[in-house]
Amino acid sequence: MRVHLDSEKCQGHNRCYALAPELFDVDDYGQAVLLVDGDIPVELQEKARLAASNCPEFAIKVLES
Amino acid sequence: MTDTVDSRPERPGYVPPIFGDSPEGTHVWQRVPYDSAHYGPVSDFTTDFDHGDPAYNPVAPEVWKELRDGGCPVAHSDRYGGMWVPITHDTVHEVAYDTEHFTSRAVVVAVGRPGDLALPAPIGGAPPITSDPPFHGMARRLLLPAFAPKQIEPWEPEVRKLCRELLDRIGDITPGESVIDAAVQYAQHIPVNVIGRMLGFPAADEDLFRKFVHDALERIAEEPGTREGMDDLGIYITEQIHDHRENPRDDLTSYLLNVEIEGIPVTDEVAGGMIILLLIAGIDTTWSAIGSSLWHLAQHPEDHQRLLDDPEVMTFALEEFLRAYAPVTMARMVAKDIDFHGCPMKQDDWVLLPFPAANRDPLKFEDPDTFVVDRQENRHAAFGLGIHRCIGSNLARLELKVAIEEFIARFPRFELAGDVRWSVGQIRGPRELPVRILAVAD
Repeated sequence: MRVHLDSEKCQGHNRCYALAPELFDVDDYGQAVLLVDGDIPVELQEKARLAASNCPEFAIKVLES
Repeated sequence: MTDTVDSRPERPGYVPPIFGDSPEGTHVWQRVPYDSAHYGPVSDFTTDFDHGDPAYNPVAPEVWKELRDGGCPVAHSDRYGGMWVPITHDTVHEVAYDTEHFTSRAVVVAVGRPGDLALPAPIGGAPPITSDPPFHGMARRLLLPAFAPKQIEPWEPEVRKLCRELLDRIGDITPGESVIDAAVQYAQHIPVNVIGRMLGFPAADEDLFRKFVHDALERIAEEPGTREGMDDLGIYITEQIHDHRENPRDDLTSYLLNVEIEGIPVTDEVAGGMIILLLIAGIDTTWSAIGSSLWHLAQHPEDHQRLLDDPEVMTFALEEFLRAYAPVTMARMVAKDIDFHGCPMKQDDWVLLPFPAANRDPLKFEDPDTFVVDRQENRHAAFGLGIHRCIGSNLARLELKVAIEEFIARFPRFELAGDVRWSVGQIRGPRELPVRILAVAD
């Protein structure tokens, strides 16, 4: 599984950072930053799905392998 | 041109207002052709929508459902000089994203709208909420760092302490008998105190702040120039700017008086507009969210119990409170004529943006009218969509979470004990919320 964050769509709702801090950080302006490059470890896949399905701007996509 | 200024009582340190409801303020209002008395109560929300009708907020979710089920994605009204109301998530989303056809220069639908002498787009009277691109982004970047998650998290102990003090102040409770007003005695005090501290304003002024909010957001059908709280707000902010210039300190007001946009110091007018936004925007909104959440818990002991048994569920419950009881409906004005899904929108028409209605769209949310305390998929739009996402959302979440946690920890059981009085206008929440306390924590 991979995660794609569209930084243009992100408006800083901060849902991903709250739900999956292992995968997302926020910068000084509150914009999401994706921490993981490449495959998402199995134990974090559920959190990745949760982050995607709670983003109001549809900025996060989970690409299931 | 000095009537209003001269009619004000002499005050020490008085400086003429730079904002207000009167013609002397910079914020010059233009009367829209609307006489609320002539229209009376709403007869049909499809063609005569009025969120300012006191009958609307108590039943708003039913109104949205009726409109959607009746195949009306965009309602209309001749009130306020002409107003459109998209109801579905798609149409609300579309308006929020289209900053070319929809300007934010006025975000509160009222009898008055900014006139020719008001601060024009793209700045508006209270940047960045009243701003359009490209100025919007510049003003927003000045405020974002102060409200970013990592700046807000450290406020938690202080918010918790405030909530506990408010609960202490309620006094002795006889379980099963005592009735308290959770809105008046608790919810309404939380956001005013927090934002007052952040801005560096005296805590004793909290009644004044609620008066400003009431006049700006509830007295929308009244004549421009008659809402004295709007002028008082202008005077108050001007005095605070003056005081913070004389005595700079470590707070948001002093910060905003010293910021620059593209290398140019912001004017008092722009800084004052931003301060007004920060003061006004977080008060009745958060107070409403806290009140609505407690109103829900008073009627749903099973959700209340779940939160007590499994505090971790708050992560999801918090967002479900925000989805189901989103307090904020925003607004835009049509910047240029557009055919919006068959609706002939004309320049200067109002457009309401009911994010709370979008949150109950069955095309986006499963079983939207049911409160699911641990809803896993929840892309709610309580804080808006697009570039104007509520800048205080992290603070609002913190206050809402802590306020609920502390209330239910102190009162593990309570029930509704009478009629709820709802707010009027774009911000929806209980203004009176009588609850009977059934149990008190040891």
